[in-house]
Amino acid sequence: MIGLAIGAGVFLILGAFLLLYRLHTLVAVMKRPEETAGAGMNKTNAFILLLFLISGMALLFWYSITYFDDYQLPIASEHGVTTDRLFWITMAITGFVFIVTQILLFYFSFKYQHNDKRKALFFPENNKLEIIWTILPAIVLTTLVIYGLIVWNKVMAPAPEEAEVVEIMGYQFAWRVRYPGKDGKLGSYDFRKIDVTNEFGLDFSDKAAYDDFMPRELHLPKGKPVEFRIRARDVLHSVFAPHFRLKMDAVPGMPTRFWFVPTKTTEEMREETGNSDFNYEIACTEVCGKGHFSMRLLVIVHEAEEYEKWKAEQQPWLSKHPEYMAQVPDNLKELAMIKSQAQDISIN
Amino acid sequence: MASTVLDEHVDHITEDHAHEHNESFITKYIFSQDHKTIAKQFLITGIFWALIGGFMSLVFRMQLGFPDTQLEWLRPLLGKWLTTEGKLDPEFYLALVTMHGTIMVFFVLTAGLSGTFSNFLIPLQIGARDMASGFMNMLSYWFFFTSSVIMFFSLFIETGPASGGWVIYPPLSALPQAMSGSGLGMTLWLISMALFIVSTLLGGINYITTIINMRTRGMSFAKMPLTIWSFFLTAIIGLLSFPVLLAAALLLIFDRSFGTSFFLSDIYIAGEALPNIGGSPILFQHLFWFLGHPEVYIVLLPALGITSEVISTNSRKPIFGYKAMILSMVGITVLSFVVWAHHMFVSGMNPFLGSVFMLLTLIIAVPSAVKVFNYLTTLWKGNIIFTPAMLFSIGLVSFFISGGLTGLFVGNSAIDIQLHDTYFIVAHFHLVMGSAAFFGLMAGVYHWFPKMFGRMMDAKLGYLHFWVSFVGIYMVFFPMHYIGIAGFPRRYYSFTNFDAFSSFTDLNAFVTIAAIATFFAQFVFLFNFFYSMFRGKRAPANPWRSNTLEWTTPRVPKHGNWPGEIPTVYRWPYDYSKPGAKEDFIPQNVPLSETPESNLPAEAAKVAVEKVNEDK
Ligand code: HEM
Ligand SMILES: [Cu+2]
Ligand SMILES: [Cu+2]
Repeated sequence: MIGLAIGAGVFLILGAFLLLYRLHTLVAVMKRPEETAGAGMNKTNAFILLLFLISGMALLFWYSITYFDDYQLPIASEHGVTTDRLFWITMAITGFVFIVTQILLFYFSFKYQHNDKRKALFFPENNKLEIIWTILPAIVLTTLVIYGLIVWNKVMAPAPEEAEVVEIMGYQFAWRVRYPGKDGKLGSYDFRKIDVTNEFGLDFSDKAAYDDFMPRELHLPKGKPVEFRIRARDVLHSVFAPHFRLKMDAVPGMPTRFWFVPTKTTEEMREETGNSDFNYEIACTEVCGKGHFSMRLLVIVHEAEEYEKWKAEQQPWLSKHPEYMAQVPDNLKELAMIKSQAQDISIN
Repeated sequence: MASTVLDEHVDHITEDHAHEHNESFITKYIFSQDHKTIAKQFLITGIFWALIGGFMSLVFRMQLGFPDTQLEWLRPLLGKWLTTEGKLDPEFYLALVTMHGTIMVFFVLTAGLSGTFSNFLIPLQIGARDMASGFMNMLSYWFFFTSSVIMFFSLFIETGPASGGWVIYPPLSALPQAMSGSGLGMTLWLISMALFIVSTLLGGINYITTIINMRTRGMSFAKMPLTIWSFFLTAIIGLLSFPVLLAAALLLIFDRSFGTSFFLSDIYIAGEALPNIGGSPILFQHLFWFLGHPEVYIVLLPALGITSEVISTNSRKPIFGYKAMILSMVGITVLSFVVWAHHMFVSGMNPFLGSVFMLLTLIIAVPSAVKVFNYLTTLWKGNIIFTPAMLFSIGLVSFFISGGLTGLFVGNSAIDIQLHDTYFIVAHFHLVMGSAAFFGLMAGVYHWFPKMFGRMMDAKLGYLHFWVSFVGIYMVFFPMHYIGIAGFPRRYYSFTNFDAFSSFTDLNAFVTIAAIATFFAQFVFLFNFFYSMFRGKRAPANPWRSNTLEWTTPRVPKHGNWPGEIPTVYRWPYDYSKPGAKEDFIPQNVPLSETPESNLPAEAAKVAVEKVNEDK
């Protein structure tokens, strides 16, 4: 509907231009010989420039205000609040500059349209003016840079000790997640150990791997720092969680990380947005091939206790895939069984 | 003195031209060494590519705006790239955006813009018979042509053209098993780009040499039109940055075909672990953007140069802050080499590097801002004539403001976390680079068409072309800011897989409609262009009452440009509406001694010196 309305508006405006154009041609043909400035259409063009400025600004304000909630995603992370604040401060400054400069551009064009009786002002330079408008942007930009640096350094600082660690791995064309299990340590991996079942390439000579578990969705606790350990198996991918204001590339051969604190559970977000089907999602933002647009990972944010409960219920991967016990070195088999709680499975 | 040697050489050329009619069709129009013909060759090839690139964008815009439409009618063209339901194949969608980007950035806005106007204007505006090396210049075009043929051919091969994005990041671009476009299509892309780089280098060396060595008497650097300054700096940027892309392409070729591991490591794909160890995909990104960022200024600077010239002429006013304009362009040139990693804030590189590059990136906004203020002041108290070229220049300034300001968002790494690789970026660079440079190109064509073909283009069709394009482009790219703030990722075939990206279907449809309208407005231009070439009104010698030297040549200059002696330059190119002067313009070749009524005090003192020089 909105689209239609806007579309109709545009076509009306275009139609108006066309009409003006026709009209003017006819008038011009009747009364003016050649040789007038701007093919005899100087006034018309000056007028349309002004019209464009006014209608453009009106459209800009109308749309930005009316549809604010549509394009402004609710924020669900601690750092997201600060980066968004910086975003809106930048918006205020650039918005002001945008409006002033565009008005000057179109208004000057209109005001100083050609007039046979006038002569342009010969005004080749003015050092004072130029110094002013070199220094003024420099000051404003310095402020933005300093503020930006502060925010950036905080967001990118190393994760706190107690952060929940989760591994996210991208591959063509999905994400997989891995939790460290009870020992709180992610087991090491090797891409040469990857096969159809062992998608992460877990290395079973590392004790830490035995209790790692891999749920289908990503579960997070509210109010606790979480660190994503991000990697890719084949080509570049990029973890993008829009509501958490989080993005980081997944690079084969070079693990990356990003930590943050979720501030709203999925339930809370459902209430806030009034959408009972709301779900957090992770998307891929680095082109990775045919299925790039379908790399969706469902994210569920729980209250902290709920999250612990969920974690306790998870089965280590090794317990579900006992055939991989064979890869565990003999001296560690017992430990592996204990850690993966896989007592009922025979060893060979 | 060098200049006398040159003049002799030049006289020799003019004599040759007494036998001009002996030139065959082939040496005159095809393997021509005349810079003006080569310029037209670049222009026509650029227009050809623009149509293809533009059409591609319509096809993928259809997919984004109207995902449910049948594209069956495109089957004769797209063949198996349509699914059985008549939808675009998702992989071909990526091929289209990749080729669209490559074509527009390199073939249209680099070759089509720089190639056309550097070639056409440098000798004409600095007062030279031709380029330093006509032969190298000819080679430059034919390398570009060959590169074009290969790229064009790659569109039709079985496995499809390169599809990994115009930035061709490995491993995606290195592994044919990752997507079908990374097979032969990618190989052809690399070969084509290698030839393209050779073309750019041959052209650039020529531009630089010509500007340094072949300026006419009196044409000091401080009297050069801003167009020439911009072409000069653009050529320098190109010369320093394109070789790095060549290196990156070469290493990628090695990785693809010879088993090296520059960019590859720890990869498991298509059911097997690859032997490559120790390479880094990030390295490629550094190399690519070391060209890639300067490249955006290679595209933009010539457009800004053209605009400076057109705005000054049609405001009937000197460009405000000539020196500041040059300084800011020099500033942009230098800084453009030290900001590349702002494309990589979230690539996984060290966050400290991100800090440094954020700082450097935001500094580059200062000279950009100075340029905008200077344009505005040039318009202030002018006496503005809205030729089509002038309107396109005003449009360029508007786009440059809109797109430049969003640079302050994405240049700030903390904000860029969210905006990177969303439609916000698409909006940013299409306004500041794509549309601005496109408008610069159009301003140049409308302004110099009379000199290129000796005829005038129809102004009214020009106005129609301008208004639909101007409104249309804003309607296409402005809404993308909102879509980008909402987080919509770029290079997505469809948004239906995500709850978060399921809105804005109306707006996307609207954008597509606007894109179609804008595209079809270009046919008004095409008609005007080709019709006027043969049927346009005969151009007067100096239709815009402009000061620069090209307007002192005959209506259609022959090879050698001036039939007689090359004019001498006595003043800067911006003596418009000088107080006391009879006319509102004084061409560069009018001696100060002839204009005592309008000379400024400093100039009056130079009259005596001028006399002495003349007598020599
Ligand atoms: C005010 C000055 C500018 C700043 C601070 C700026 C900053 C940036 C930044 C940080 C990005 C990367 C964003 C991302 O991918 O997340 C970017 C992208 C881009 N910018 Fe600018 N920019 C400025 C002006 C320009 C100009 C003048 C041009 C072209 C003439 C330009 C062309 C581009 C292009 C083509 C891209 C996207 C490349 C891609 O990812 O495909 N920018 N800009
Ligand atoms: Cu992807
Ligand atoms: Cu850049």
